[in-house]
Amino acid sequence: MENEAQFTVDLGNLMCFNPHHHFPSKPSSREELVKECLEKGTELVQIIANNLFNLPSTESVDGPLIKLPPPTTRLPREKPLPKPKAPTKWEEFAKARGIKNRKRDKLVLDEQSGTWKRRYGYDRANDEENIPIIEAKMTDEPGFDPFAKRLSDKKNRVEKQEKNRMQNLKQAAKVGNLPSHVQLAATALPITGTQAAPKKASKHDLGKVAGIAVTATASGGKFDKKLQGEKPAQQPKKFRKFLPVAEGTGIGSQERSQTERILNSLISKNSHEILNVDKAISMYNVKKEKRKNQKGKSSSTSSKLKPKTKPQKKFSKKGSSKKEKAK
Amino acid sequence: MLKVKTPRNHRVRRELEKRAPKLVENGKKTLILHGTKTSGVLNEVLKEIYHLKKGKAVKFSRKNENIKPFENGGETSLEFFSMKTDCSIFVYGSHSKKRPDNLVIGRTYDHHIYDLVEVGVENFKPMESFKYDKKLAPLIGSKPMIAFVGEGFENVEELKHFKEVLLDLLRGEVVENLNLVGLDRVYVCTAISSNRVFLSHCGLRLKKSGTKVPRMELVEVGPSMDLVVRRHRLPNDSLKKAAMKTARDQPKKKVKNVGDDAVEGKIGKIYIPDQKVGEMAVIDKSKGVKRERREAKLKKGDHGHVSKKQKEDST
Repeated sequence: MENEAQFTVDLGNLMCFNPHHHFPSKPSSREELVKECLEKGTELVQIIANNLFNLPSTESVDGPLIKLPPPTTRLPREKPLPKPKAPTKWEEFAKARGIKNRKRDKLVLDEQSGTWKRRYGYDRANDEENIPIIEAKMTDEPGFDPFAKRLSDKKNRVEKQEKNRMQNLKQAAKVGNLPSHVQLAATALPITGTQAAPKKASKHDLGKVAGIAVTATASGGKFDKKLQGEKPAQQPKKFRKFLPVAEGTGIGSQERSQTERILNSLISKNSHEILNVDKAISMYNVKKEKRKNQKGKSSSTSSKLKPKTKPQKKFSKKGSSKKEKAK
Repeated sequence: MLKVKTPRNHRVRRELEKRAPKLVENGKKTLILHGTKTSGVLNEVLKEIYHLKKGKAVKFSRKNENIKPFENGGETSLEFFSMKTDCSIFVYGSHSKKRPDNLVIGRTYDHHIYDLVEVGVENFKPMESFKYDKKLAPLIGSKPMIAFVGEGFENVEELKHFKEVLLDLLRGEVVENLNLVGLDRVYVCTAISSNRVFLSHCGLRLKKSGTKVPRMELVEVGPSMDLVVRRHRLPNDSLKKAAMKTARDQPKKKVKNVGDDAVEGKIGKIYIPDQKVGEMAVIDKSKGVKRERREAKLKKGDHGHVSKKQKEDST
């Protein structure tokens, strides 16, 4: 066909594109249109098939296998290109010094038992921890424990290694080069000086604080929009005792005592000026008599010189209750 | 204080490595979801697209109200889903009075929206409405052939973009070896007018022809629909440059143990482990013994017969 050269064929994607077909602007009936489309499609598919079947094929169990060329149409990637792994501190050092990694044997001769044991792992050769006796050197102080020292040495080495590993990972994370299976997560806030890290607020505390904050609204937080999962604020429990509805005619005794109690407490709170005259008089008289008796015993001095004992003004139930308490 | 989090089992580790950015990428997965309102037609369309791409597609069944791909804020949910399901193409269906039977096909780069095409679906015919010989039904997961017809794909910018998106959506994985027996489906996309594309999924019938190339015959099998391009958003230039960046051709994989000799050509070494003679299994000699015994018996028997005969003779 004369148009074949003008078709774009992308074998890697099994695609063929005919840019030259012009559809009549006035579309014929739908079926005709569909038929035409399929015809054109068949043409293109035939071209793809021609190209495919002419590729060198190898025989396999399921049928002829062909090796497809890579696709020619460029399509965008779904993820950015992977960055090359940044060398770690050791790798840089080794490169600078020209240190090459040498291959080691899996089995090493264990001097103590004379057998071949693995280089690391369970039951390893030349294991430092298995030595039962360590001879003391002249430079050791008495009471020096070499086994403990070995343990602490190992611990220090492990910590140093962990620190170095963390440094390497942090460096990689800065560049954006973290290996895909590693994530760095912040665990706790850094310790600032002598202050300990602030404790995380517990659920209970948060709820309490939220409740306090909510009561700052005019309606006491009753109509506030709640977040998903937020429970309504718990009211502090109040135990109210309600009097029986009917207790006889007029005001019942319970009601009377309740109202009396309320009134008394109200009055006592606000009763700086209230004076119980009868009581004041009787108290004054009692005191006077007492003094008279005392006077009779002691030397006579004119009452004028004596400081006038004023009757105690603040006579209130409160005052009397205080006196009672004092007694 | 930083802590290193690594996966605690190998399964998770392998999954993470699958999702990591690679030089040669895995095939793109498709995410199919819909918005608050969908029509019956749209539901069918989404279902069929999912079936066509079974294995490499994820279909969400719930309504998603806060996804509006063409608006600034409405993309965050899509990006989140893309990250969680590791899908880089999505098909979002919605139906409204202004845009009936609307499909938004979009691609993501690094889990951020790369480009979008909005199309309306018309004249949709589902798979069930086609009658054909069941033997021609394409298998799930087979690599399709794609045919684009029409000058619209070359001249109209929207259709050009749409062609690229369709190619990305419809092609399966990029493979190196293909079994010719497994060619059984074709997608035919024709640009009927400057904004309308007719998409049809057909099965293949290979007919004998004189040469080794069989004659192709298309049989309409699957869904066919008219797609009217409504809106589209092209990627911005810097993003496009970043996404289209390909690494230089990979350095050839180093083949071990192969060397070249000027005289002899390609040479390699064969390593044979030492034979442990003491530990080799002893062969089952029982049958051999029987045969030996049989032969010995025969020999003896000859003599014996002769002697017997002789005896008889003698007597």
